[in-house]
Parts: sequence; C-alpha cells; structure tokens
Amino acid sequence: MLRNAFLIPLLPVVSFALILFFGKRLPGKGHEIGILFVGGAFVLSSICAVQWISRPADYTVPAAGHAEESAAAAEGDHAEESAAAAEGDHAEESAAAAEGDHAEEPTAVSEDHAEESATAGAVSEGEEPTEGEHEVEPIRRPVDRQVTWFESGGVEIKAGTHMDGLSVMLVFVVTLISLLVHVFSTNYMHDDRRYTHFFAALSLFTAGMLVMVTSSNTLQLLFGWEMMGLCSFMLIGHWWEEKNNSDAALKAFFTTRTGDIGLLVGISILFFAAGQTFDIATINDQALSGAIGHAALLAAAAALLCAVIGKSAQFPLHTWLPDAMAGPTPVSALIHAATMVVAGVYLIARLYGVFWQAFDIGGGGINPVALVGGITILIAAALAFVQSDIKKVLAYSTVSQLGYMVMALGVGAWTAGIFHLFTHAFFKGLLFLGAGSVSHSVHSFDMKKDMGGLKNTMPITYRTFLVGSVALAGVPPLAGFWSKDEILVGASGNGYPLFLVIGLIGAFMTACYMTRCVYLTFFGEFRGHGHPHESPKAITGPLVILAGFSVFAGFLNAPGIELFSKWTENTTVIAAGVAHHEFSIPLAFVGTLMGVLGIAAGWAYYARNLGPHRLTQRSRPALAGYRFLENKYFLDRLYTDMVVGGIKGPVARATYWINQNVIDGVLNGTAAVSRAVANFTYDVVDQKLVDGAVNGAGVGAEEGGSVLRVLQTGRVQQYAAFLFGAVVLMGGALVLFA
Amino acid sequence: MYLNQFLLLAAFLFCVGVYGVLARKNGVLVLMSVELILNAVNVNLVAFGAFHNTVVGQVFALFVIAIAAAEVGVGLAIVLLIYRNKQSIDLSEVDLMKG
Repeated sequence: MLRNAFLIPLLPVVSFALILFFGKRLPGKGHEIGILFVGGAFVLSSICAVQWISRPADYTVPAAGHAEESAAAAEGDHAEESAAAAEGDHAEESAAAAEGDHAEEPTAVSEDHAEESATAGAVSEGEEPTEGEHEVEPIRRPVDRQVTWFESGGVEIKAGTHMDGLSVMLVFVVTLISLLVHVFSTNYMHDDRRYTHFFAALSLFTAGMLVMVTSSNTLQLLFGWEMMGLCSFMLIGHWWEEKNNSDAALKAFFTTRTGDIGLLVGISILFFAAGQTFDIATINDQALSGAIGHAALLAAAAALLCAVIGKSAQFPLHTWLPDAMAGPTPVSALIHAATMVVAGVYLIARLYGVFWQAFDIGGGGINPVALVGGITILIAAALAFVQSDIKKVLAYSTVSQLGYMVMALGVGAWTAGIFHLFTHAFFKGLLFLGAGSVSHSVHSFDMKKDMGGLKNTMPITYRTFLVGSVALAGVPPLAGFWSKDEILVGASGNGYPLFLVIGLIGAFMTACYMTRCVYLTFFGEFRGHGHPHESPKAITGPLVILAGFSVFAGFLNAPGIELFSKWTENTTVIAAGVAHHEFSIPLAFVGTLMGVLGIAAGWAYYARNLGPHRLTQRSRPALAGYRFLENKYFLDRLYTDMVVGGIKGPVARATYWINQNVIDGVLNGTAAVSRAVANFTYDVVDQKLVDGAVNGAGVGAEEGGSVLRVLQTGRVQQYAAFLFGAVVLMGGALVLFA
Repeated sequence: MYLNQFLLLAAFLFCVGVYGVLARKNGVLVLMSVELILNAVNVNLVAFGAFHNTVVGQVFALFVIAIAAAEVGVGLAIVLLIYRNKQSIDLSEVDLMKG
C-alpha cells in the first residue's frame, strides 16, 4: 500500500468528478459518493499507517551534517540512481532489477526488501558500520515511487509519492478529519442550495492536501498547495450571495496568494541551487551536506517562510483566517484542523533541511521562523479575548496554535511541532464541529447574544467541547498537554529561552480564552431565542470520535512510550541531527500550572466576576488597548487603506498615463503604418501587379481563342488530316534525325 | 518470298485507307477505310511474325481484329444516329462542334 499511496489522493479526485457529474441525480445529492470515496481513502491511509508501523526500522542514516559531506553526497547519488531505476514505474520490473543488483553485491541483503527498490541502493550503505560520533537509531526507510511527468530541456520532471512517517501521519489525519467532516456536513448542510457542489469542493480540497503531503517533489507540492488555495476560495465563499462572504473568500485567496509568490520563488531558487531538481529528498540532502551555498539557502528559506506566513496564517498575514469563518462551519473545521493552514507547517517540516541550514536552527538564540511563530502565538491569543463570535475565538486560537507549531519547528523541536500538528488536528476539529453543532441549534455564532446555558440542553456537545477545550488548554493527560510540553522542552533544551517564555505565556492565554469561550457558550442563562436541542447523530458522532482522539492521541509520544517520534522522524531530521530532550518534570509542572492558572483566571474573571471589571470604562489606556485589539491591531486597515489604497491611486494614474501615451501611441503608430502599407499595396501590388496578371491572362486567353477557333471546324476529317499530318511530320523527324 | 512484298502490300492498303478516311464523305466508307488501315497493320504484324518465326504477330493481329470489330460497332451506331437526325450520312455536313 505504501507503494500505491498515489491511490489515496486519487480517490477524492475521482469523487470530486463523480459528484460534479452525477451528484445531483443521486438520492443523497452526492454526499454518498463523497463519504464512500473519502472513507475509502481513510481505509487506505489506515492500511498505510499499519504497514508503516509494522515496517522494520533497519535504515541507519549516514551520520550528521557537515562532518561527513561525502556520506551525504553519496546518499544523494544513490537516491538519484535508484530513482532512475524506478523510472520504468512498474513495480515488478524495478523490483526485479533491484533484486538483480543485490545478487551481484557480495553483502547479503534479505530478500524481502526487494519491493523497496526505490531506496534499495542505500541498503548496502546502511549495512556498513557508520562512523558517526553518536549512535543514530535506525529508522524506517521511506517508500518512493516516481514516474516521469514530462521532460523539458533535458530536465526530467518527476511526479510521485514519497511516503515516510510524516506523510503517513498526515495522510491518516487528513482523511480521518475529512471523513468526519463529510459525515457532519450531511446534516449540517442539509437543504443547502449548493449541497452537491459543497461536497464536490470538499472532496477536491481533501485531494489537494493529500497530493501535497504525499508529493515527492516541490513542483507537485506546489500543485497540491494551489489546489487547496482554489478550493478554500470556493468553500469560504460558498454562500457568495452575501457580499461579506465573497469578500472573505477573496481576502483568503489574495492573502495566501501574496505568500504563494514566496513559494514559487523559493522552489525556483532551490531548483537551480540543487542542480535542476525538484526532488525534495535530494534538496534536503544537498542543503544538509552543504552542496547548496548558504546565500541561496537563505534566500530560498526566506521566500518559503513568506509562503508559510501566508498559508499558515502567521503574523502579519494572519488576517484572512478569522475572516474565513464566513464559510460553512464544516469547512472551517477542515481548514483549521487538517488541511490548508497546516500546509505551511508541513512545508517547513518537509523542507526542514533547507530551513535548518539557512537559519541555523540548531544554533539557538533567535531565528526568523521561531520569531514569526512566537509573535503569532501572543498576538493571536490576545485577539481571541475580544471576539464575541465563537468561531472567531477558535480561529484566533488556531492562528495561535499554528504559531506554536511554527515556533516548535523554528526552535529545532521538529517532532514536537509535528506532534502538536497531530494532536491539534483532533481537538481543533472537535471544537469547530462543536461550534457548528451549537450554531446548528441556536442559529447564530454570537456567544454573547445568542448562547449561554447550553450545558443542559446539549449535553453531548457540551461534554465533547469541554474535552476539546481542556485538551487545547494543555491540561494533562489530554493530547494538548503532551505536544505543548514537548515544544516547551525543545525550546528550553535547544537554547531558546525567549521562546520558552513565550510558549508559557501562550499556554496561560490559551487556557484563559478557552475558559471564556466555554463559559459564554455553555454556562449561565440562555440568552438566545427558541429552544435549543441536542444535534442529531450525524453531528454528535464525529464529535465523540474526535473527543476520543483528543483524549488519547497524546499518549503516543508520552515519555516512556515515544512511539510517535519513532514513527515520524525521517531521514532529514536524523541527518540534521535534531536534538532530543528528556521529559522534564519541573517544566511539565510549570506548563500545567500555566494552563490551570489560565483556566482559574478565566473562570474567576468571567464566571465569578472577580478582578477589575469595566476597566475599559474607567481607564483610558485600557480602552485604547481594547480598541486596538478589537480592530485587530489595525492590520486590516493597514492592508486595505494604506497598502492597497496607497498603491491603487498612483498605480491607476501611472497606468492611465501609460495607456494614453505608450499603448495608444503604439496603437496609433501601428495604425498609421498599416494605412501606408495598405495604400501602397492597393495601388501598386493589387491594382497593377495582381490585376494586371489576372486581366492579362484573361485577354491572352481571349485573343488566343479567337485565333484558334478558326482551326476548330467541327469536321472530323479535318481533324484526322491534322492527325495524320502530325504523325507524318513526327515520323519524318524520327527517320531524319534518329 | 520476301518480306518487302508484304510490306509494300501493307503500305498500299494503308495509303488507300488514309485516302478514304480523309477524302470520302460517306460515313460508312470512312469507317471501312479505318478498317483498311487496321488490316494494313495486321498484314505487317503477321508478316513480321512469320519472318521472325514467332506467333506473337498473329496473336497481336487477332487482338487488333477484335478491337476493330468493337470500334466498327460503335462507329456504325454513331453513323446510324447521324442518319436519323440529318437524313444523311455526309460527314462534311456534321460540324456541330465548330468553334
């Protein structure tokens, strides 16, 4: 299955096409196709996961970084060679070829690895004793499969899948969340006017993410990335009849597009720097071995970081994500939990070699990646306090949590960042679907006006939402605690004390605003209209499943178990020499304390009315601060009025001038020249030359005809006389001259 | 027996034929003159065949006779039609194709 991983993105694509063409004619209006195919993809992903876990960990990465450039370079060569061998794209063929190779080699290699032809070349390498200074634990060998996509100027562009722990984990999470969102939507989107289109777009969205995470090269990655950009536009603007919604869709599209330029630039730089290849493994190897110059790496990493900032909604381009709440809630859940925003984090994790070298992540101190993440944690968490829309609270929470992931990757805690991605997917998906369930019942998203006291009327939603909130707040032993703790451990262990502090403050804020959110939604008196009721099974089912994951997923990488890091850490991470740090009880205690304090503070302030209330009415600075937050740091104002407005006027004027003088000048000039040429053509060429020839031919034919008509008497015998005369003449000529 | 005797005979027949074709006004006579030309050729073919001691000449002559029969069939039909339309078979009067 790992070799056939291309099926996983393929299924949702097929589903998209089928829903689009046949969806409306089916009894379920297309959702059965979506659920069936995405469910199929989920089953395949689970098989993938099981196969990955049961795969023997027998591949020792030739040891780290600069010290052994030759080893890394050799490995790169091997990768290329084996890729060339696998070109035939028939598994059997290449497997056979690989087997043949092995037979020739003196080192005995177990037969059952023949199927892993793509990396088979590296086997003998792995068998030799490595000379690294520190022991490197063997990991599972990634499964590659590539075909030639097209060839241009002697450069082969491949398409293929590269399945390692990171891909397998993401594929599993994405398909799971997507499946649950599909099921949830069958009820939530019931009677929607574009129900079928919604499911089609949902499938394509999932497909985009899957294409991206399974991709073996940056070009394909870009393809999946942009697929998601398009689908997010379609889905956020699903109810485009309202201007707000279509504006939000446009904003999401344009803002992420601003960052996407960075992705394009980064990929191009890496393509040329790494010797005309898009292959991610090669790029990482070369980046780590020092084959790519530091300047090129720095430029590429900076450009890629722009892409990450755009897609993963990092400061200062985070503004699109809260606006994206205009889309249907299941879409928000999908965007926030498993797809789209996670793409940026995935990009860093996937091209970690590039970032690692460019920003010297192993060195400690401060680097751009960590800085962006750290700032995002704090500013987004602060914004979450002043929102009254439940979805916007969760949106800012997502922005903040993405900040955690980016920061984790920035401080060298690769596994922690990915692990946080993993756990966050479950509890954030849960929270969003929970918010959807609530709004399904009260027909509003406004916590202050239309919610409150839903604890009793919606028990299942309440309990699951609470689980999600506590997990997000980082209270042990739920999932969020373990991943957040790992990030903090990484930050402290790798020499990033500043980010440790930011992480702790962020934990406090997170716990606090989630308490506010839960309190406003589920406690107190019901402030809305009508009679709220618990949602049907299609909605509560996914909630319960996700709650289960939110509780237990964290144990995967709990100290003493640590399966997650064993399963996901890939060649790049090992080769980079990412440090591992022991679980630290004092730090865990402090982290938990921050979470609990946050909850307590939130509860005291919002539920018990303790502390300084009405501060905004009494103190000017507090009011100013509140306004500042409420206006989202005036970033939107900055973008729309100053950046866009500032550019719009002069650009428009300049364009008008260019239009009038340059373009019109060119046009008029062209027209005048055309006229002159046309006149000349008419007078000389057409009238004299062409017409002369035509008329001449006509006159000539007429004259000739009037001469020749005399000969045409119509008498057979005269013709016969000509015939005989001619024959006599020719015969005479033959006799005389031959 | 000399070959030239046959050739002279054939040449004579040919000349008579050509005269008939070019000079006679009667359509049927013109057709008969064409037959004379063809038979002059036949005489030549058979004579050369005998002279070279092969049957090829005779075979060729047989083909020519067959073709001539077909040709006369078509020609007589045309003459018949001309007669029906003009009540005459004088070829000098048939000049519909005059340019």
